[in-house]
Amino acid sequence: MTDRALFVVRAGALTTVQDRGRPGHAHLGVPRSGALDGPAAALANRLVGNRPEAAVLETTLNGCALRPRSTVTVAVTGAPCPVTVEGRPASWGAPVRVPAGALLTVGTALSGVRSYVAVSGGIIVEPVLGSRSTDLLSGLGPPPLTDGAILPLGTPTALHTRVDTAPQPAPPTELVLRVTLGPRDDWFTPEAVRAFTTRAFRVSSASNRIGLRTDGPALARRLEGELPSEGMVLGAVQVPPDGRPVVFLADHPTTGGYPVIGVVREPDLPAAAQAVPGTPVRFLAVRRR
Amino acid sequence: MRTLPVGDDALLVEVSSGEEAQALHAELVRRRAEGSLSVREIVPAARTVLLDGLTDPARLAAELTAAEVPPAPPRAREVVELRVRYDGPDLADVAAHWGVPPREVARIHAGTEFTVAFCGFAPGFGYLTGLPARYDVPRRATPRTAVPAGSVALAGPYTGVYPRSSPGGWQLIGTTDAVLWDHARVPAALLSPGTRVRFVEAP
Repeated sequence: MTDRALFVVRAGALTTVQDRGRPGHAHLGVPRSGALDGPAAALANRLVGNRPEAAVLETTLNGCALRPRSTVTVAVTGAPCPVTVEGRPASWGAPVRVPAGALLTVGTALSGVRSYVAVSGGIIVEPVLGSRSTDLLSGLGPPPLTDGAILPLGTPTALHTRVDTAPQPAPPTELVLRVTLGPRDDWFTPEAVRAFTTRAFRVSSASNRIGLRTDGPALARRLEGELPSEGMVLGAVQVPPDGRPVVFLADHPTTGGYPVIGVVREPDLPAAAQAVPGTPVRFLAVRRR
Repeated sequence: MRTLPVGDDALLVEVSSGEEAQALHAELVRRRAEGSLSVREIVPAARTVLLDGLTDPARLAAELTAAEVPPAPPRAREVVELRVRYDGPDLADVAAHWGVPPREVARIHAGTEFTVAFCGFAPGFGYLTGLPARYDVPRRATPRTAVPAGSVALAGPYTGVYPRSSPGGWQLIGTTDAVLWDHARVPAALLSPGTRVRFVEAP
């Protein structure tokens, strides 16, 4: 085993390897996957001099602890959290040098949900269909991190970053998701469509990488019966029989049988990835571009 | 043919039958291969084809609405054969639905040529059509929490094979040792939309 590796001391609640995902295979039932907060993952890579497609770690709420076997540069972005190296406070959102054998801890998120940990050279677990992303729906890619796991690292590129720190959007205290109605808004009563775009919802604790689930007014259907299975896009707002909208995120199924009342604009989804349970959500109807 | 916009850069094309959806999917894949269609995903389903990652969905919508559904292209010559043991726990229930003795289920199923209409649910899971409508069966009232990998199953008008162990509500009629999905293999999926399939009863 090369010394270009990370030893996982504490895996945290759910830490996965993510890159930009594996688009192009939806017709085989393969979700897109990839970092839920793509801009945060890309920034972490930039801060350590990685290419944007390098694989990073995505933590969930309570971070992780890692011990690199060789000296590396690390950057933590996304949900703000305390970062320490051998117990000493280090910068969040900036490049941090971690000596070989030193303990890096990524603490519990102070706000937001998911932090991103980029390591110089990137994580080079075996790619599946061109991506190193963990896909929790179908089990493709590496399994979620476990304590004691070892992750191989690539060779740092010659790319040099001059960025010491970079501004990042704060996790949302209210989530406003711009949505274009359709393709199946006609399956709902006019009152339900109005409620969808005017009433307040809240992020449900049942949310995960597959979907942002919401609590709020149940949306009633005009058409009953089953919708034949059809293709689903990232950001699709699917309404299951309980009437509670689910916004499909990166690990969403590629086809589904419940009507999609609207589609959230992709630039609004990174904020959805950082919305803690209970965050108010409004769906703002916008016209198609 | 009806086109429905999906978000800003996708289009759902709705047709009136599964056969039309398969033919349209084949035509769109052909257009992409010849370079006249730029699209990230082409996802066929029961009555629709989804096109995602389009630069000008409105223009394509207008073009498709004006076009006739092209006739189904000649089918691939190759038939994937899946050896199956008709030993599933729901075989008797399916036989009762069909109104035939259990042995007949195997004979009818293995005597049918299937086509993968679309995939979904899990990587490598294909929705196979070919059985006449009189053999449609409902899903089980209570889904199983774990259906073993390789289970050959029926639901509605479809036959499917579970690529890996997962929860599922389909009626299980048999088992195959075929590997439906292997990401180290090229292609990873044994079945993709348009693939012809026959089930061969293992002795």
